[in-house]
Amino acid sequence: MVMVPKIKLNINGKTVEVNKGKTILQAANSMGIQIPTLCHDSRLEPFAACRVCMVEVERGKSSALITSCSTEATEGMVIRTDSEKVLKSRKMVLELILSDHPKDCMTCDKCGTCTLQDLAYEYQVRDSRFFEKPDGGVTADENKAIQQDTSKCILCGRCVRICAEVQQDYAIDFKHRGFSTETGLPFGKPRRETTCVLCGQCVSTCPVGSLVEKRAVGKARDWELKQVKTTCAYCGVGCTMFLNVKGNEIVKVTSKTGSVPNDGNLCVKGRFGYDFVHHPDRLTQPLIKKNGRFEEATWDEALGFIAGKLNDIKSRYGPDTIGVFSSSRCTNEENYLAMKFARAAIGTNNVDQCART
Amino acid sequence: MTNSISEIKDCKLIFLIGGNPTEAHPIVGLEMKKALRKGCTFIVADPRRIWFAQHAKLYLPLKPGSDNWLLNAMAHVILAEGLENKEFIKTRTEDFENFREFVKDITPEKAAEFTGVPAEDIRQAARLYAKSEKSAIYYTLGITEHTCGTDNVRCIANLALLTGHVGKSSTGVNPIRGQNNVQGATDMCLPDKLPGYQLFSDEKVVEKFEKNWGVTLNKKPGNTAPTMFERMSTGEFKALYVIGEDPIMSEPNQDYTIKGLESLELLVVQDIFMSETAHYAHVILPATSFAEKDGTFTNTERRVQRVRKGINPIGNAKPDWQITCELSTRMGYKMEYPSPKEVWDEIASLVPMLAGINYGRIEQNGIQWPCPDIKHPGTKFMHEGKFPRGLGKFFVLPYRAPAESPDKDYPLLLTTGRTLYHYGAGTMTRRSAGIIHKTNDCFVEVHQADAGELGIFDGELVKVVSRRGEITARAEVSDKVKKGVIWIPMHFAEAAVNKLTMDAYDNITQTAEYKVCGAKIEKL
Repeated sequence: MVMVPKIKLNINGKTVEVNKGKTILQAANSMGIQIPTLCHDSRLEPFAACRVCMVEVERGKSSALITSCSTEATEGMVIRTDSEKVLKSRKMVLELILSDHPKDCMTCDKCGTCTLQDLAYEYQVRDSRFFEKPDGGVTADENKAIQQDTSKCILCGRCVRICAEVQQDYAIDFKHRGFSTETGLPFGKPRRETTCVLCGQCVSTCPVGSLVEKRAVGKARDWELKQVKTTCAYCGVGCTMFLNVKGNEIVKVTSKTGSVPNDGNLCVKGRFGYDFVHHPDRLTQPLIKKNGRFEEATWDEALGFIAGKLNDIKSRYGPDTIGVFSSSRCTNEENYLAMKFARAAIGTNNVDQCART
Repeated sequence: MTNSISEIKDCKLIFLIGGNPTEAHPIVGLEMKKALRKGCTFIVADPRRIWFAQHAKLYLPLKPGSDNWLLNAMAHVILAEGLENKEFIKTRTEDFENFREFVKDITPEKAAEFTGVPAEDIRQAARLYAKSEKSAIYYTLGITEHTCGTDNVRCIANLALLTGHVGKSSTGVNPIRGQNNVQGATDMCLPDKLPGYQLFSDEKVVEKFEKNWGVTLNKKPGNTAPTMFERMSTGEFKALYVIGEDPIMSEPNQDYTIKGLESLELLVVQDIFMSETAHYAHVILPATSFAEKDGTFTNTERRVQRVRKGINPIGNAKPDWQITCELSTRMGYKMEYPSPKEVWDEIASLVPMLAGINYGRIEQNGIQWPCPDIKHPGTKFMHEGKFPRGLGKFFVLPYRAPAESPDKDYPLLLTTGRTLYHYGAGTMTRRSAGIIHKTNDCFVEVHQADAGELGIFDGELVKVVSRRGEITARAEVSDKVKKGVIWIPMHFAEAAVNKLTMDAYDNITQTAEYKVCGAKIEKL
């Protein structure tokens, strides 16, 4: 093991020891001090765009405001995260961001999980001296996965960076200059014609309502959703994700940074491939084939029919003429029971699953 | 996988062969991209110029089915240039001398003839792999879906044994598993072994199961799926209970599979959709999706993880576990569990490698087996200090040709695979609006030179024909696939590539050779 040297610094009057190389933000978080951020995502390199994470660092007799997300903590630093200077700056930054952000939280799908909304509430920034009607709006794109509203974008660059740094697809970037700056696809092309793979990582990192799951729009307020932690049912990576459920419907699928093994990342299938659950093609009733056609049956009839037939075949031809195929799609418990059913109930070892094919 | 997903980012070298993680395992792909950003060297061997091939230090566009030559020739170079890990070979392995003798003749020049990869690139690959401080091999079905699939895996293991790149963090022999619970299904459900790979030959094991289940076990070895189909074709197999599988879409040689199923007196299909196979069933039982049930999946790094019920079953559907229990009880063998948790507890009590795992312990994060007791933290990487069998065994594995190679009549080599947007037989992804927007039809990747000779344009619908059948697909003409090779994804029932593939199997695992057969393309 390589030993990482330690350094000591003082934050809000308390001394803390951290590994060399950590940022001030990480050092503060390690002692339970929360510093607000908008452009920060632990999956990404520091970017220092939003300026919300400013802290005050003592420099001899004076002091300076610096971004805690991008500044390395060094030996002997003395930091305040809650001084008047910091709070004043933070409010000003929020005011500036809100100057170009619609005040339509009442209809926004992000309401309740929007970091900007939370910060505006925490710092009581109700209005902006600089407010102008934000330009942009919902981008026209016929894809069914991702909806972008450029008017809500705060230019934190998280979508651009997650696409470049984590996905390495480079599908989106900043466009235009000054007040016209927005993020998006090259030449305003639809997503399907670009290198965008519809992974929705941009949605997962957007701190505001600029990028949202399109099919969830208007379906539920965030606080109405029950989040059920589960494991993705597609490939063998086993990403931890949350089914966001309202009533008996999956409204969207999300994940959280720090989850194992995917650290909040999901792919197009995991994030957007859940519609099949509610698809009208789902089988909802046992079916028995009679005269070449399937007819609906009760569970009692169907299971009774199968049990009778299996027992009959077993007694006429022996258990080894019967087989059970289980599936990699089923749970461990179900595979175990299918195996036990073959061996204990039927009395054969003819039990296999799709792993070999 | 011998190692863990979290170790990928710290690999110094990744040798990726026969796998396309950015599409088939996107989140493992992201971890590899992380490694790439940190300067990890990539060697990619694949007949298609996949994402990682474009970003690799060394790209080896090998001919499908020639992996054996490439891997053995790399071993040849490692030994010829003295790059082997002598200490590791001496203390951790056996049968090395035979292996050394055997690979003496497998020169990179000879391998170049079979693989189509320049000899110098094979040398370079061997040197890079052997010399790097932390080399890991990652592979998927490009290695295993061959008649020589097991041989291929052993060739990979030989390389790891030769260099000692196993039993340490960020190294290892790592097959990335394709389906959510393919690891768990294999752990639970094999015809020749009891759960947790316990052997019938061990009397104590058999006794343990017999006592717990209250039955006397049938000791006659069970049939694998391909053997069951073989017995159906001769009429000596009578009934099949299919849970969550679609053999008509997933077994090779579709016509043969259908004939087999038609011969049965009873076919029960338990699924969430009317699958291709369900059409041939006598009874169909509606099961629930993963979102409607509790349980566990075991991922590719052997991590047992919770699946939790988010919504109630749709319609009158029931979870698979419940259906199997009810059916068993009706047949006269009582199976009653209040919930999957109690089933797991029974599994843990019978399977030593899972004994330390319970629902309480995996409430937050899953645990990686082997986990023999309740205090054990789980196993991040395997084979540290010792292999399960003691010493690592070198295998001498001469090349075996695929069951069917291209010839005069079927001059193209057809290989198959998966795409980012679809999954398996497509029953789930093709019913998801967010996904089908990007791609929803079958295509065949053709090299531009072959397309030129055939007079085919990009986007044109063409007929792909093999000795077993034909399908229609859209031609995607580019230089992505190697000349002489065509590639078709397996997700599209209306153009099912398994109408074309060959029902030839690996001699040990009975995995079908989906990766090589002869084919031709005709204009429509």
